[in-house]
Amino acid sequence: MENLELPSYLQQSERVSERFKRLKDREVILEVKDLYKTFESSQGKITALNNINFKTHRREFVCVIGPSGCGKSTLIRILAGLETATSGQVLLDGEPKFEPGPDRGMVFQGYTLFPWLTIKKNVMFGLEMKGKSKASAEGEALQWIDLVGLTKFVNAYPHQLSGGMKQRVAIARALANQPRILLMDEPFGALDAQTRFKMQTNLIDIWRNIDITVLFITHDLDEAIYLADRILVLKGNPGEVQEVIEISVPRPRKPNHFLSPEFLATKKRLEELIHPPHNNEEPDRLNVIRMTRVGDDVEDADV
Amino acid sequence: MKQKRQWLAVRKDLLPTQARWLTLLSFLLPLLIWSLVSYAPFVWHPKIKVTEPASVTWFQAGMLIDKQLFFDEVNKAVAQGNPVPEGLRANPVYLPAPDEVAVAFYTAFVTEPKRRSEQWLHQSLWHSITIIFWGFLLSSLIGIPIGILCGTFAAFSKLQEPFVEFFRYLPAPAFGALAVAILGIHDGPKIAIIFLGTFFQQVLIISNTTRKLDTSLIEAALTLGANKMQVLFRVVIPGISPDLVRDLRVLLGWAWTYLIVAELIGTSSGITFFITQQARYNNFDNVFAAIMMIGIIGLVTDIILGKLSKRIFPWEQSQNKA
Repeated sequence: MENLELPSYLQQSERVSERFKRLKDREVILEVKDLYKTFESSQGKITALNNINFKTHRREFVCVIGPSGCGKSTLIRILAGLETATSGQVLLDGEPKFEPGPDRGMVFQGYTLFPWLTIKKNVMFGLEMKGKSKASAEGEALQWIDLVGLTKFVNAYPHQLSGGMKQRVAIARALANQPRILLMDEPFGALDAQTRFKMQTNLIDIWRNIDITVLFITHDLDEAIYLADRILVLKGNPGEVQEVIEISVPRPRKPNHFLSPEFLATKKRLEELIHPPHNNEEPDRLNVIRMTRVGDDVEDADV
Repeated sequence: MKQKRQWLAVRKDLLPTQARWLTLLSFLLPLLIWSLVSYAPFVWHPKIKVTEPASVTWFQAGMLIDKQLFFDEVNKAVAQGNPVPEGLRANPVYLPAPDEVAVAFYTAFVTEPKRRSEQWLHQSLWHSITIIFWGFLLSSLIGIPIGILCGTFAAFSKLQEPFVEFFRYLPAPAFGALAVAILGIHDGPKIAIIFLGTFFQQVLIISNTTRKLDTSLIEAALTLGANKMQVLFRVVIPGISPDLVRDLRVLLGWAWTYLIVAELIGTSSGITFFITQQARYNNFDNVFAAIMMIGIIGLVTDIILGKLSKRIFPWEQSQNKA
């Protein structure tokens, strides 16, 4: 990678910067202000999140990445209202939020479909909680199921579906509530690479066609770059925002963008942030002694 | 390649035919051992059944005598030149042979009660079933809701469970005398014993089952806009129901174990009365038959509940298979 001539990851084409300008003109949906989260543990106080601040605009797609244990899951759970912050505020349309609610839809890594309900009933769940009549809830649910392409499975139970299909139902179920923001916590982490790529493309197709803002947590750099307008890079111990990167890869994104200069430049930057070089030492190598004949080599011979 | 038939594969399912054979065998094996002890004269048979008393004055035909005693008398008779008594090896009265029990199983139902105050067997059985039913129903009506609340809300759990935990160590039969004093001598105290024996276990088991429900399902419901009551009624209760039915099946077995003690309290009644009465008359074939009836009733209700839960919870069954 070092030998490649790459542009700066900050450099944006005119069309891309014009798109970001349009984005920033839209109203702010979610604002996180001075967010702290500390846990008491036997080793004393642990700071999971340290002074997190950011905003997302309407119809923006924000990815949050960071090394494992950097508090990204804690962050999204606080945004969803499933955990409380030690201090700081989560504002949705300017209103502080402390409890979970249908205005922030959540998609979990573990699908979390209700196993005793059919696909249709799963998607109807949130609508019924709102007090919608069964008939209108059913009609709406069917539309959302159609949107994720699972009309054939409306009467199936979750255990009859593959992982990717389950996650599409979970997305439809969250969207059916028409939330202001869709929070996704490593939603494709449990899927195989091919299914994951298909799901990413599906998600983009949904996102570009409906009025929804997405906050998406992942540890997969390619996934983050492929999906996001902006990436929030966290670092661990304590969890802090390291950098917010505007992705210079043009939209609509295509598979061949994975090898484009903008993509590689961004990925290189993310690598630097997430895996900083350890004083040129190779970290954590196993100390394995040679147990094969001399000359029986699998790697290039020393010259 | 044809799949090799393995009988002892670690954590693998058996073929259906294998499973059927083993199920049959699980009943046949005990029956086989029982038959062996009953019908093979060289296995056990510690007694001698006298067929010909001959010179021994205190022997009578049909008498059961200890083997040692019988041979002492035989030796004595031989020594004195008297006619030698004869007899067959036999088991004690308290171990009737399978065929005797099978006959008793039938005759117990058609034999008229010896005294007018006594009941026919089917009446006794029915009485026992009603005692179990009421005891278990009352326990479940209170125990299930409390268990679910304890498993859902930490406050309920702290309020209830320490006491329940203490109380469940108190043996239910110990409350027999108290129950009679409060509830009289008839069915009241019996139902109370079943209740006491079941209720406290029920609260703990069901609260545990409730706690085992995947928390992320509750969180998903909250993010979909469900309030506390909706989480309880639309997520927790449907989510645990298959496990709840499984718990109830286990608990129902416990209720039956308390039945025998319960029926001895106050006026002895039901199947226990039949068993103790028959044991007093030395009709151990009837005793065995009655014990087996309890087993059969228990097994049949369990199978019915099992089939029923498969029907009510179609999503559960296939989830286990997957």
